[in-house]
Amino acid sequence: MTIPSDPSVTTSGEPATAPVPSSLQGIGVCPGLAAGPVARMGPRPRLPDDRPVVVDAEAELAAAMAALSATADDLERRAAATAVPGAAEVLEATAMIARDPALEESIRSAISKGEPAAWAIDRAIDAFRALLLDLGGYMAERVADLDDVRDRTVALLLGQPMPGIPERDTPYVLVAEDLAPADTVTLKPDRVLALVTVKGGPTSHTAILARSLGIPAVVACAAAGTLVEGDIVEVDGAAGHVRPGIKPAAAAETNRREGERRAARAASRGPGRTADGHPVGLLLNIGDAAGAAALARVDAEGVGLFRTEFLYLDRQEAPSIDEQVALYIDVFEAMGGRKIVVRTLDAGADKPLPFLTAEHEPNPALGMRGLRTARRSPGVLIDQLVALARAREQTGATVWVMAPMVATAAETKGFTDLAHEHGLPIAGAMVEIPAAALRAADLLRHADFLSIGTNDLAQYTLAADRMAGELADLLDPWQPALLDLIRMTAQAGLNVGRPVGVCGEAAASPTLAPVLVGLGVTTLSMSASAIADVREALAAVTLAECRERAAAALAGQHPA
Amino acid sequence: MAQRQVVVGSRVGLHARPASMFVKAAAAQPVRITIRKGDGPPVDARSMLRVLTLGARHGDTVILEADGEGAEAALEAVAAVVAEDHDDPV
Repeated sequence: MTIPSDPSVTTSGEPATAPVPSSLQGIGVCPGLAAGPVARMGPRPRLPDDRPVVVDAEAELAAAMAALSATADDLERRAAATAVPGAAEVLEATAMIARDPALEESIRSAISKGEPAAWAIDRAIDAFRALLLDLGGYMAERVADLDDVRDRTVALLLGQPMPGIPERDTPYVLVAEDLAPADTVTLKPDRVLALVTVKGGPTSHTAILARSLGIPAVVACAAAGTLVEGDIVEVDGAAGHVRPGIKPAAAAETNRREGERRAARAASRGPGRTADGHPVGLLLNIGDAAGAAALARVDAEGVGLFRTEFLYLDRQEAPSIDEQVALYIDVFEAMGGRKIVVRTLDAGADKPLPFLTAEHEPNPALGMRGLRTARRSPGVLIDQLVALARAREQTGATVWVMAPMVATAAETKGFTDLAHEHGLPIAGAMVEIPAAALRAADLLRHADFLSIGTNDLAQYTLAADRMAGELADLLDPWQPALLDLIRMTAQAGLNVGRPVGVCGEAAASPTLAPVLVGLGVTTLSMSASAIADVREALAAVTLAECRERAAAALAGQHPA
Repeated sequence: MAQRQVVVGSRVGLHARPASMFVKAAAAQPVRITIRKGDGPPVDARSMLRVLTLGARHGDTVILEADGEGAEAALEAVAAVVAEDHDDPV
C-alpha cells in the first residue's frame, strides 16, 4: 500500500483536484466515512524535570524490575482475555519485550551510572528504539510496542495515570500519536467511530486493528496534533482526509449515509452490470494467496491483477520453478473456477531486485523495469512462465498471463509468443506507457487482451512521479489526456472483439467507473474493499449514461 | 561449540510472530543460544529486542551457536523455527 496518489478516489464520491484546504492529509488505511467529536488518548507519562538522586541502586533496580514485571503480567492478562483477532499474539510479543534480558541489562547499567528507575527504563528503551528506527520499514513500526512498555512502566513507577483509550459514553473519533497493542484490546468498537493517528504506517497496529474491526482510519496524519478535543471532525478512511469544524447536523448526515452505504455493501452481490444490463466484469487485485480469500466474500468474478512480486522481493536469487509452482497452485485452487490474470514479475524502479535490476540507473522509472528486465535476464521470465503453465495444468484453472511495461507491438509479440510456447494459451499486455495506448491496435494483433494500469499510465502521460504528492493534480485520473489514451485502447479492443480492462486505482472509484465503461472498458479490477461500491455505482446508470459521462469527462468536465 | 547456518524462511524476516516463536523456542532450551547475522556480534537468542534489532530479513543467513550438553539438539530445534515460513499476515 502506498500514499494514495489519486485524490479523486474518495468514498464520498467527491472528486477533487486538490484536498479541501481545511482538511488534514494522512494515509487512509481502512475505507469508510465517519464524523464525530475528537477524543484524545490519555497523555504519555512525563519524566519530571527534577531528577532525584539515587541513594540505593539495589532498591532502584528492584523497583524497575518489579514495574516491568507488573507491566508484563498486565499485558499477558490482556492477551488471555482479548477477543480481537491477532491481538493476543501482539500483546504476548510486547510482554516478551518487558521481560527481555537485554533490557534488564541496559537498565542495570543505567542505574549503576546513577539513573533512578524510571529514567533508567526511559534511557534503555530509547537505545533499542533508535536501533529499530534505523532498520526502517516494518521493523521501525514496532517502536510502538517499545513505547507502550516504556509508558506503562514509567507511569507505574511515577504514580501517574495509565495512558490509554479515553472513557466516553458516546461514540467519538479517537485521535492518538499512535496506538499500542495494549490499546487495541481496551478499545470498544461500538464507541470508536474512526481512528486518526499522527504516526504509523499501512502495517502499523492502528491499521491492522482498523481493518480487522472495519473502522475508518487515517494514519501518518502529521497535523492531527492540532485537532481540538470535542471538535467534530469528518474522517475519510479511503482518501486519508480529516476535516475539522463539522456541524453536528452534517456529522449526523454523514453517519446516516455511511450506515446506508454499509448496509448496501453488505447486501451487494452478483456480476457487475449497468442498469440496462450491459456486463462489466468486476475483478480483484491481489498480491498473494491470502488475497484470493476475499473473492467469495465480495462476490468478485475473478482476479484481474495477480501481482507476483511477493515471490521475489527480499531475495538474493530468483525462486526455483518448483517453489513457484507450489505457490501458484495455492492461489489457483482458491479461484474456484474463476478467471485469474497473472502479471509477470514487475521489478525495477521502486521495486529493485538484486538478481535482476540494474544497480544504478539515473532514471529508474524510465529504465530497466517490468518486461524490459527480460532483455538482460530472460531466464527469470521463462522460469515464471514454465511454473505458471505447470500450476495451470495441475489445477485446470483459467489462467491469463500479461507482461508489465510493454511499449511496442514487437515487445508484445515477443512476450505472447513466449507465453504460448510455454503452454499458456491466453497472453496479453499491460498498457502503462502512452506508446502502447497510441498503438493499441498493433498490440492487439499479438495480444489476446489488454489491461490498463492507470497509475503508471498517468505518471508517464503527465510526466509526474506517482509518489510526488505536490503533483497530485497532474496524477488525477480525470485528466482528459489520460482518458483519451484509455478510450483509444478500449476502442481498439472493441474493434477486434478483445477484452480491455482497467486495473489501476481509477477502477476503484465509484464516480470514475461509469466513465471508464463509457469509454469502452470491459472489466474493472480493484481491491476487495472497492468492489461493492463500484457494483452499486454501475447498477445505477445505463450504458448510454456511461457514454454521456465519458464524453463530458473527455471534454474536461470534472463532475461536481 | 555447535553451530548452524540457517536461511530465514519467513517472508517478513525475523520479525513479529516469527521472532516471538524463535525467542520462545530459544528460551525453552537447556543451553544458552546465540544468534548473529554475517560478521555481526552474536546476541542472546532469548532477547526479543536483540533478535529484532539484528534486522534479519527473508533470505538472510543467520548463524546459531551453543555450547554444552544438548547443544546440537537445541540448535536443531530453533533452526527449524528460523527456516520455516510462518506466513505472518502482518
